[in-house]
Amino acid sequence: MNTPASFANWKIFWKRWGVLTVISVITLALIAYYYSKTPQITEAVLASTLRQSVPLVLGALCGLLGERAAVINIGIEGQMLLAAFLAFLVNVYTGNLLLGVLAGIAVGALLGLLLAFMSVTLKIDQIIGGTVINILAIGLTGYFYKVGLSAHGKLNPIPLGPLAKIPLIGPVFFNNPPITYATILLVFLVHYVLFYTPWGLRTRAVGEHPRAADTLGINVYLVRYVNVVIGGALAGLAGAYLSLEAVGSFERLMTNGRGFVALAVMIFGKWTPLGAWGAALLFGFATAMQTQLQFGGQLHIPHQFIGMLPYLLTIIVLAGFVGRARPPAADGIPYEKEG
Amino acid sequence: MAEKTTQNPQGWWPQMKRLLLSFSVPLGAVLLALIIGAIIIEVSGASAWKAYTALAKGAFGNAAGWQRTLEKSTPLIFSGLAVAFAFKAGLFNIGAQGQLLFGAITAAWVGFAVHGLPPGLHAAVALAAGAVAGGLYGAIPGALKTYTGAHEVITTIMLNYIAMGFTDYLANGPLKDTTPGNIVARTPAILDSAKLPTWGWLPFGFVLALIGAAFAWWLLQRTTLGFEIRTVGQNPHAARYAGMKVARTVILTMVISALFAGIGGAVETQGVVGRYEPGFNANLGFDGITVALLGKTNPFGVIPAAMLLGAMRAGSNVMQFKAHVAQEITDVVQALMLFFVAADMIVRWLLRIRAAEEGEKITLSTGWGSH
Repeated sequence: MNTPASFANWKIFWKRWGVLTVISVITLALIAYYYSKTPQITEAVLASTLRQSVPLVLGALCGLLGERAAVINIGIEGQMLLAAFLAFLVNVYTGNLLLGVLAGIAVGALLGLLLAFMSVTLKIDQIIGGTVINILAIGLTGYFYKVGLSAHGKLNPIPLGPLAKIPLIGPVFFNNPPITYATILLVFLVHYVLFYTPWGLRTRAVGEHPRAADTLGINVYLVRYVNVVIGGALAGLAGAYLSLEAVGSFERLMTNGRGFVALAVMIFGKWTPLGAWGAALLFGFATAMQTQLQFGGQLHIPHQFIGMLPYLLTIIVLAGFVGRARPPAADGIPYEKEG
Repeated sequence: MAEKTTQNPQGWWPQMKRLLLSFSVPLGAVLLALIIGAIIIEVSGASAWKAYTALAKGAFGNAAGWQRTLEKSTPLIFSGLAVAFAFKAGLFNIGAQGQLLFGAITAAWVGFAVHGLPPGLHAAVALAAGAVAGGLYGAIPGALKTYTGAHEVITTIMLNYIAMGFTDYLANGPLKDTTPGNIVARTPAILDSAKLPTWGWLPFGFVLALIGAAFAWWLLQRTTLGFEIRTVGQNPHAARYAGMKVARTVILTMVISALFAGIGGAVETQGVVGRYEPGFNANLGFDGITVALLGKTNPFGVIPAAMLLGAMRAGSNVMQFKAHVAQEITDVVQALMLFFVAADMIVRWLLRIRAAEEGEKITLSTGWGSH
């Protein structure tokens, strides 16, 4: 009763942010330590971590936008793959990178529309609906892909003036290609929209209790459609990132399971954009270390085992966190209007 | 569905008619998918008629074609059975591919490393080893689901990638074919005593697949375990309330489902490839879903569905050669089939098929943690 107010505040702060603070402090200390020893490698690994996390963050944002409105999107992988392909194709035939990226976004959104149609209007089982998208993407990219096409350039890093000159922070955060910058902005944008705007409130209401939302005059179907389509656009951007920013070309099945890993990232991040970003950075770090270990040659582990790291991490995350993280209450359940 | 028929005492023709009617949606879905596939072929500048006839000729034109079709159908039946079996317990096993890879490489290992067994026994031991390896691998997502709530859709997909990496490592490392001059990743050839025979154009593996389907049907419809599996699939709460061990049933279902996939891999190794080579049949896990849904998750329905896809795979070479249409069109058509079979109301509306009375809608997405 007579605990000083400041102490109570501190307790609340600790309860909420304690774990995060400890992790951040340890992480920063480790980074500082390694930076003092091997600055180049540390910079390279951290920059690579950020970039590797891009498709995972975007995929997770896609997933959580849908699931906050109670639509499970298992088709992120397919959305990314087809978007990566079309972004590449448009770039090949127009020579324009921006048009390519826009095409990727459009394809992602279109597949989002298809998923929304299947799961909201037709009320098909959502996992089967997503699987349709995945198989469709594998088939279409396989059918239309021709060996020997090559992209016109790729999205290159744009150093942000003097900011890019700051040691460590500059090369990691302020010397990135455009989609990487866009992704960081999108994390905060989606966070803002989801938690500070009427639309976000409606979305969450639809995901938790659609009947109540409906009673209040919220158009449940519309909210689900819009969220899934916007999510699809984000997955499309992730696809464009893979073909036009990360690689500068298209390869068959180049998404390599990232769409599914993104779902684990979303769950690990407890269906929040900032949480997803943190989780994606962890996965990005695992992938960055993988490349480092593979080419650094310090460890003699078969490369196949190093390659399994992100997938193992996904399983561990799912096994360790699903029980504790709570999905939106109406997640995965089609909504039937009464009457 | 079998219950429906046993409850229905009106002689065989009404029963048969009912059965045929219940497959009108899958048939309609196949038809619509083929039509849209034809449009895509025409739009990309080839002749759909030529492509489809070449495909049919490649698949059924002669004895070699039939053999190829049956060989391609065999792993599809097994992976379709794996998916359909898990479906019955409300589980979505996308991991058939990984389970199949483990089955294939284990059978290959027993096939080349174990000497001195008589022919029939050696083949049987290799098959059993493949089945067990696949089944154990399937136990992992089952256990993860029951004890941690991790959704099997994602864990099985992740386990597919892990299986690909692991078998690739084995075929490049400890189990690599060390014959002088070999540089590819593959195991040594299996001994003749471990090979499965082909009678004329009929591969023994295909016969095994038919037996497997009958076994799956029997297990589901005629045993206590099957009853428990179906109850857990329809209403896990009711199953728990009735005193069934839901956790045990979920794990056991995944193991049996994965056993089918494992045998599928073993049969591919012992009957067709003759050794393990990474990279064959890259998408069998997803193919199994299409097969299972086209077959209405009925073990016997899986057979014609798998033969349809098998024929498409078997004839696609000839189609590419004669009609200059890329083989991958079969993947597109397959995705369309899955779409239409899942979106059954579109098919009903387009083809004026009466609404189904059976009311067996498949529901899997009940969230990530709840079970």
